Parts: sequence; structure tokens; C-alpha cells
Amino acid sequence: MLDKNGIARRIAKELKDRYFVNLGIGIPTLVANYIPQGIEVEFQSENGVLGMGPFPFEGEEDADIINAGKQTITTMPGASFFDSAMSFSMIRGQHVDLTILGAMEVSDSGDIANWKIPGKMVKGMGGAMDLVASAENIIVAMMHTNKAGQSKLLKQCSLPLTGVKCVKKVVTNLALLEITETGFKLLERAPGVSVEDIKNATEGNLIIEGNIPEMVLN
Amino acid sequence: MIRKTVPNVTEALIGIKDNMTFMLGGFGLCGIPENAIAELVKLNIKGLTCISNNAGVDDFGLGLLLQKKQVKKMVSSYVGENDEFERQMLSGELDVELIPQGTLAERCRAAQGGFPAIYTPAGYGTEVAEGKETREFNGKMYVLEHAFEADFAFVKAWKGDEAGNLIFKGTARNFNPCMAGAAKITVAEVEELVPAGTLDPDQVHIPGIFVQRIFQGETYEKRIEQRTVRKKL
Repeated sequence: MLDKNGIARRIAKELKDRYFVNLGIGIPTLVANYIPQGIEVEFQSENGVLGMGPFPFEGEEDADIINAGKQTITTMPGASFFDSAMSFSMIRGQHVDLTILGAMEVSDSGDIANWKIPGKMVKGMGGAMDLVASAENIIVAMMHTNKAGQSKLLKQCSLPLTGVKCVKKVVTNLALLEITETGFKLLERAPGVSVEDIKNATEGNLIIEGNIPEMVLN
Repeated sequence: MIRKTVPNVTEALIGIKDNMTFMLGGFGLCGIPENAIAELVKLNIKGLTCISNNAGVDDFGLGLLLQKKQVKKMVSSYVGENDEFERQMLSGELDVELIPQGTLAERCRAAQGGFPAIYTPAGYGTEVAEGKETREFNGKMYVLEHAFEADFAFVKAWKGDEAGNLIFKGTARNFNPCMAGAAKITVAEVEELVPAGTLDPDQVHIPGIFVQRIFQGETYEKRIEQRTVRKKL
């Protein structure tokens, strides 16, 4: 089974050379720590920076340089700043190659719910709806089940949707799955996890073809 | 040169009334018009509709207006960092319209650029699109979103000149350039106001034509919401 860093490490293997990537808050942020050797990627943050770097050294924080999680950051050589409309032109116009974000639920047709739980405080969708409506390649990073042990990979999302038919892959603590026409196609098992474990934790349609290999992490 | 300077925030806010709709720049607490907000609190005008990506924190930014119950409605994309906001929202005192962040930016830009509405894929198939016109273009579905209408836009820039030209710094740019010129009157506040001719025209981010009034803010706290650092090795 993978922990949060393990999920991030597996997703990092999906990064390709010369990709522009938008990372959501939570597990996706950790992906930046595991960029494969020998490739160049640039991180975009929708509040208006491309070429985001690591957190600043203590004492070097700048209130005017933050990421979409409102955290102080630095920039890499070649970075740029821009306004919110231009930022979403990069996203809506599909100039950003890959979006990695968290979710509360994903359906086997690729719908995603990650912004609202009815009856609880609603904080808002931020940029998530724009990201999922436009990105060509969307990977969801999340736990396979919720705190009550219920599957988060469903036939249909029960929570209000963020976007429809948009998720391409899901990486959980148990598995790597691809969304296909007919459902969640199991591609890899997390270390020490059996196909049976994944079956038991998946409510949506699960497709198992042949031998499912165990994940190899960077 | 058409001069846009006003001596202080008090004169910059002349004409402000109860029940108006305002646009306020900023992302979190980054790049917010601190001086205009402080003056709005002082003027104690009520019944405001605020178009702003976020709603500040309890004791800073738009949170200050919320504390004094001056806001009737917020139009935002994310409002998670404010307890008083949550209390007013759950009790029904405060009306909240949550919209996708890119849609928020583009509805400002539409108002700025003379578009009555725009089509965006964001929110299609979700409750955000309920009751809205949708249309298919090249096999993909889009939602019609209307340009905002606002009385005042309050924006904050790093430097500005007497002609109202603006230059922003870092990610404090965010929604500010989209809101400049998107309301009937745009008030720009800057950290440093310089004489005309000082800024290189090639480096101007927002031309002065989008700004009706400009002043230098008295002070800037520039509070950091999430101070994240790494240790030197």
C-alpha cells in the first residue's frame, strides 16, 4: 500500500519531458519532489506564475510571490508572472499539458467531485472547474476509500460534480487505474496489494485483463 | 497627459454609496487594495456586493468588511479561510455566489473589453451551469457567462504614474489587471506613485486609460497567509 508520498512518486513517473504541469493542493503538490531524472518540466500555478520553484529559504519569503495555495514560493530561471485571465487562457487553451488534482469521488466514466459536500461548509471550487473542463490530461491523486472505508471510485458520483467525463487516470494508495469507455481499467497494483483488495475497494466498474503488475516507484 | 492622481484614499473613494457593487483585486491576501478596504471600513457603507476571488481572513482584507456586516453578497471562487464569513453564510445573513476562478477572471475581462458574455467549458454538467444557456461548439459543450456590472473596481499595483499607468509585482498581479477598467470607475492604489515619464512605456502592464483615479497607499502590511519555507542545507 502507498502513503501520500508513494502516490506522488508513482504519479511523477507520468511526467514527460517538456511538460507544463498544474499541481493541485495536497498530494499533487508532493509530485514536484519526485521529478524523474533527465527531464525538464515547468509548474504552473493558476494565481499567475509559470516556472514555480521550491519554498524560499527562511527570511527570503516575499508576500508578493505565492502559489494558488497561498504559500510563499520561489521561481525558477525562465519563470514568468501574469494575470488571472491569461493564467486560465493557458489552462482553457490547453497549453498546460497535465493537471494533477485531488478528489473526493471519481466515477467510472471519468466524472470528478471535489469541491462540495452538501450540508457542510462550502469553500468553493477555486480553479478546479476550469482545470477539469479543459485539460487534455487529468490525473487524480487520492485515497482509494474514504475515512468510513467506502469506495471513492464509483459507478456514479454522489457528491456535486466538478466536471464530467474528464479524468484520464487515477492513482490511489492501492492502484493505478485508467478510465476507459467501459470503466476503471486496472493497470498496476500498489506494492503488497492484491487484485482482490482492489476489487473489494472499488464500487465502480473495474476491468481486470491478464496479469496485473506491481508498481515500480522512482 | 491626462492626470489621474488624487491626493489620498478619501478623495479616491468619492461617490461610494450603500448597496453598490465593487470589484476588488487580489488572490488570498496577495495584491489586495489594502488602503481602499480600510477606507470602506471607515466609511461604514452597507449592503455591498463584492466581486473578489477570496474573502480575506477574519482580521484582514475583506474579512474587515465582513466583521462590520457591510457586505450583502460575495461573488468569489474560494472562501475557505474566514470563520466570520462561514458563520454569516450558514446563518443566511450573507449571500454567496461561488463561480469558477477562470470564469470570474473572464467575466471581469469581458466587462473591461466590451463583451456582453463569453462561452466557457468550465462548470458544464455541474450545478454551476444550472439555468444557464449552453451551446455546442466543435463537439464540446460550453456555458454562457455574462460580463460583470460593477460601480467601482479597486485594484492594487506596485508602481503607477500620474497618468494611471500600472506595473504589478509577482503574483500580486492576479485579478487586478482584469478588473482595471471593468467597472464604471476604477480606483488604483500603488506602493509607489511616480511622475509621468518615469515608467518605461514598454514595461507598463495596464495603460492609464483603464484607471480613473490613482493614489499612493499610505502603508502596506502585505500580510503572508501561508508562510512556507525550507531550511538552508
